[in-house]
Amino acid sequence: MIPLSASAVGKQYRSRWAVRDCTFALPEGKVIALVGPNGAGKSTLLRMAAGLVRPTAGELRVFGTPVRGGTHPDVSFLAQDRPLYGHLTVREMVRVAAGMNDRWSAERVQEVLGLQAGVDQDAKIRTLSAGTRTQVAIALALGRLPRLLLLDEPLADLDPLARDETLRIIMAEVADRGTTVVMSSHLLADLREVCDHLLLVDDGRVQVDGDIEEVLARHRILVGPAADESAVEGTLVSATRTQRQATLLLKDSGPAPQGWSDAEPDLESLVMGYLRASRARTSAPRR
Amino acid sequence: MLIDVIEFRIDRHSGVSTYMQIVHQVEQAMRLGLLAPGDRLPSAREVVDATAVNPNTVLKAYRELEREGLVEGRRGLGTFVTKSLASEATAGDDAPLRKELARWMKLAREGGLVVEDVDALYSAVREEHYPVEERS
Repeated sequence: MIPLSASAVGKQYRSRWAVRDCTFALPEGKVIALVGPNGAGKSTLLRMAAGLVRPTAGELRVFGTPVRGGTHPDVSFLAQDRPLYGHLTVREMVRVAAGMNDRWSAERVQEVLGLQAGVDQDAKIRTLSAGTRTQVAIALALGRLPRLLLLDEPLADLDPLARDETLRIIMAEVADRGTTVVMSSHLLADLREVCDHLLLVDDGRVQVDGDIEEVLARHRILVGPAADESAVEGTLVSATRTQRQATLLLKDSGPAPQGWSDAEPDLESLVMGYLRASRARTSAPRR
Repeated sequence: MLIDVIEFRIDRHSGVSTYMQIVHQVEQAMRLGLLAPGDRLPSAREVVDATAVNPNTVLKAYRELEREGLVEGRRGLGTFVTKSLASEATAGDDAPLRKELARWMKLAREGGLVVEDVDALYSAVREEHYPVEERS
């Protein structure tokens, strides 16, 4: 069953569309990277999927059920600000969270809190490091035994060690329970190594949606003389040009013409190419 | 049954996908005789605990190895090596070619070569004998 799908979803704040005409269906059991620059609409999309924000247009579905007012029981959402009560101890926080959820696994929470160095449960939340706070927040999210885990910038503010440990906890969840995970980041490098699927958004719209290896295999980077691009076949995504040389990112391209070099892009260049193209589209008409 | 027969080392900056690194490391361990028929590959969970990679990537690498006929997944038990890639020429510390290479390496070191010199010499000679276009 499709864990999360969107059809023509839009969200308008006053005169500004934070998300527009987003349509996608995410694959089950995968780790999905929701990537885009700051302000691209990532958080709004996740908050709509979690039922915390109502779309202005279109509809989201979680495991086939339309999202309406409230978080689906099979979904856990971790907001970017990791909402925890600072004046409580970890133990008290766990008790509060248990009381707010119908389905709750105290064992699972303890398991996650015990991972890595282990969390001191008598410590006040506000005294914890950013990494440990994240671990507590994820433990609470996993206590709901979700089938779909939505994480908004889970790695922001973490030092490299905490980042690695956080990813380890999330990946262990995928290994143990086959949970579908959607993780957002404005830094592709954070997610590149651990994701199967890419959902790239910019300017509120989906720019790329697909299995990462399949997406890469459909694209080529051609480098050749800027004076003669006529023989190049395929859909041009974006291009950078010097006086003599053109570097083209192409989708479904034909064979490289003579005098052109041809390579499969890495994920960074592909994402940069699409973001450059979306910038060019949005900045042109507004000026 | 040995659990810790092989541990994957994932280099995140190599430019080679995690999935290919796992496939290559299993194949290499098989060639060197470190993995033999009947050995169990680490479970996805064990790899996650050691390296924080995506378990789906581990399973995908194992499926590729299965497609190559090197390993077999047994439901509920794990993934097992079914074939031997080791030969007398490559397996074991006393394989003749290995001993000869070790002798050469010792000479290089005694001759004051640094590791970059050794790598450069090795790749240059390898290129002569195994040109890129002949490799599959």
